[in-house]
Amino acid sequence: MAIPDDRIYLDYNATAPVYPEVVDVVSSALRDLGNASSVHAEGRSVRGTIEDARDSVSNLIGLPSQSITFTSGGTEANTTVIRGLLDSGAVSNVYCSAVEHPSVLEYTDPQHQIPVDEDGQLDLGKLEDVLKQHNAPFLLCVMLTNNETGVIQPVREASDLVHERGGLVLCDAVQGPGKLAVDFNSLGADFLTFSAHKIGGPQGVGCFATNTDVALEPVLIGGGQEKKRRSGTENAAGIAGYGAAARITAEKSDVERVGKLRDRMEAALLEARPDVCIFGQNGSRISNTTNIAIPGISSERQLIKLDLAGFSVSAGSACSSGKVSTSHVLLAMGASEDMAQSAIRISIGVGTSWHDLEKFVAVWATL
Amino acid sequence: MSGGVDSSVCAALLVEQGYDVIGLTMQLYDHGAATSKSKTCCAGQDIHDAKRVADKVGIPHYVLDYEKRFEKDVIIPFAESYQRGETPIPCILCNQTVKFRDLIDAARDFGAEALATGHYIRRAEDEEAVSLHRAVDQSKDQSYFLFATTPEQLAFVRFPLGEISKAETRVLAEKFDLDIADKADSQDICFVPTGSYTNIVDKFGSGAASQGRFVHVDGHDMGEHNGIENYTVGQRRGLGLGGEAEPLYVIEIRLADHEVVVGPRADLAKHEIEVRDVNWLGAPGGVPETEMRIQARVRNTHEPVSALISQGAGAGQAKVSFDEPLYGVSPGQACVFYDGDQVLGGGWIMAGGTNMTVPHNKRNEGVAGLQA
Repeated sequence: MAIPDDRIYLDYNATAPVYPEVVDVVSSALRDLGNASSVHAEGRSVRGTIEDARDSVSNLIGLPSQSITFTSGGTEANTTVIRGLLDSGAVSNVYCSAVEHPSVLEYTDPQHQIPVDEDGQLDLGKLEDVLKQHNAPFLLCVMLTNNETGVIQPVREASDLVHERGGLVLCDAVQGPGKLAVDFNSLGADFLTFSAHKIGGPQGVGCFATNTDVALEPVLIGGGQEKKRRSGTENAAGIAGYGAAARITAEKSDVERVGKLRDRMEAALLEARPDVCIFGQNGSRISNTTNIAIPGISSERQLIKLDLAGFSVSAGSACSSGKVSTSHVLLAMGASEDMAQSAIRISIGVGTSWHDLEKFVAVWATL
Repeated sequence: MSGGVDSSVCAALLVEQGYDVIGLTMQLYDHGAATSKSKTCCAGQDIHDAKRVADKVGIPHYVLDYEKRFEKDVIIPFAESYQRGETPIPCILCNQTVKFRDLIDAARDFGAEALATGHYIRRAEDEEAVSLHRAVDQSKDQSYFLFATTPEQLAFVRFPLGEISKAETRVLAEKFDLDIADKADSQDICFVPTGSYTNIVDKFGSGAASQGRFVHVDGHDMGEHNGIENYTVGQRRGLGLGGEAEPLYVIEIRLADHEVVVGPRADLAKHEIEVRDVNWLGAPGGVPETEMRIQARVRNTHEPVSALISQGAGAGQAKVSFDEPLYGVSPGQACVFYDGDQVLGGGWIMAGGTNMTVPHNKRNEGVAGLQA
């Protein structure tokens, strides 16, 4: 999944290029025979590979390794926690911010979705109002940072409010690692969910982390893998790759360089077209994401023309058909339908250079 | 690229001929909603097929979300047309609006020099003008559905399949090793997959009550009908009217008082009709003032028949007189003009027109010029 020479890839929040070291680790793990549940030598060896990866992943977020349950990705991690808590009876209601990923949003009624302000941040006052009217055990889902805008959510403050009322917190932290420091304990949430491919690992693997022993009814039942929390033979090679990506992410931080690039690009974009709007620019954002609207030009047109010119960006959340849908995130921030339909997301990362962004700005200015 | 054989082969042919090709598919309606399966993806299998073909032939492919404009420009007018007692042809409206207005606009914006489609119709160009002609494969000819293509649009579009037969297209699909080579042709109106258009009329129409009376051409009342949108001129089945000596047909739908006029087949005969919103592709100057000899076609399934055309009563209208009376001419359908294989344009059939006068005692003797 290397980036072709004739392309400029600016869609790291969709998926990040896999580190070459990760490719080697996955490839080597695929060659290893054995099922991690087996008693024999081959099985023990694969078990060792998985547990090493668990150490690396837990280390990245400051938790002991037994806190980690591997899944097939962020969506499954969210599903396993939310449905697991509902099915076990640990919670009877789910609340979330209005800007969550669909894998969370789909579990809530619209009246249980807490609004965000125009900078995209969860409205803590509204949250408090909603929680005041609440008695039954509940779960609040709030993401660490939004995939479309990069806006960082007040997870600590929200968690404190929820815990005062005896609720639980799930924080979808899929877009966090590699873009900001993610420390489980300082965030205060009860569950964090992650995905390997956002940090240069393979697609199809992720995890959730928790320090509670609240009962989770498993969604996948069967062989009892992952301490009965997620049955099914482990994706050993994928997990090994995830471990490798977590080690690399923990070792080298590129956040500062990326932030400078992004800010310089935004200045250039605004200079080229003063009529544009950058969403969440006044709030607190991760350093790699820009969500920008050109009024009057649809996201669809922008994406296609940029793609034809060799640039990969995205907008909203693409349906499996490839149809570009209007962003619920931008609408929740109070953007008009027209503005939301003319926004694109640029998300950069370790492989991005100023040269790439300079070329991008030049083409974008002609859209 | 619809995901069907024709547009797929069209794309593959252009790639083979060395063109720089971009594949575009229009998302026109929510497939899940249309088939009443809310958990189904908004895109049908066809979009996935189109993507697979684009990938196979090595071209970029994009899905354009035209759901809103398709509802506004095609589905709602379709429903309203039925409510006016007409029999609409949404495929022509679609060609006129989303396809040859919006898609051409998108193609130009993407830097394309032409928009190619998989239609079976031919386009010819010389120093003076671009003209439209029936397909080489007459059985697949789609000229009836494309009469409204304007000269400006015609300058930009290309129809590579107009020169070959459907059988040859299938052979090419095999040759290009396209997975959809054996895919069946689409039959129904795409957004009415179940074939029942009344749900669409209920959902998108004005909602006005349209029940009224069946009235025989001789004037006698024949009871209540359940809404004019359920009937189409020329319809015989499903009227629920028995007890007459000869089969009854819908002869006319009177919008103002919601009357459905029924009568024997002979009363369907039309000698002359008026068409509106004429698109003229013949010699410059538009529809001639004095009568001109053409062939006219009032249904896709009919062959063109000899007729005379001249300017109509109002702007953009034309009068078409058939040499022999025609049966089952429905308001809302298109009347397309030909000079041999050349398409001279067409227009939308208006209500009214002149019925052929046949003495009542001669009505059962048969009339020349019967159409299937």
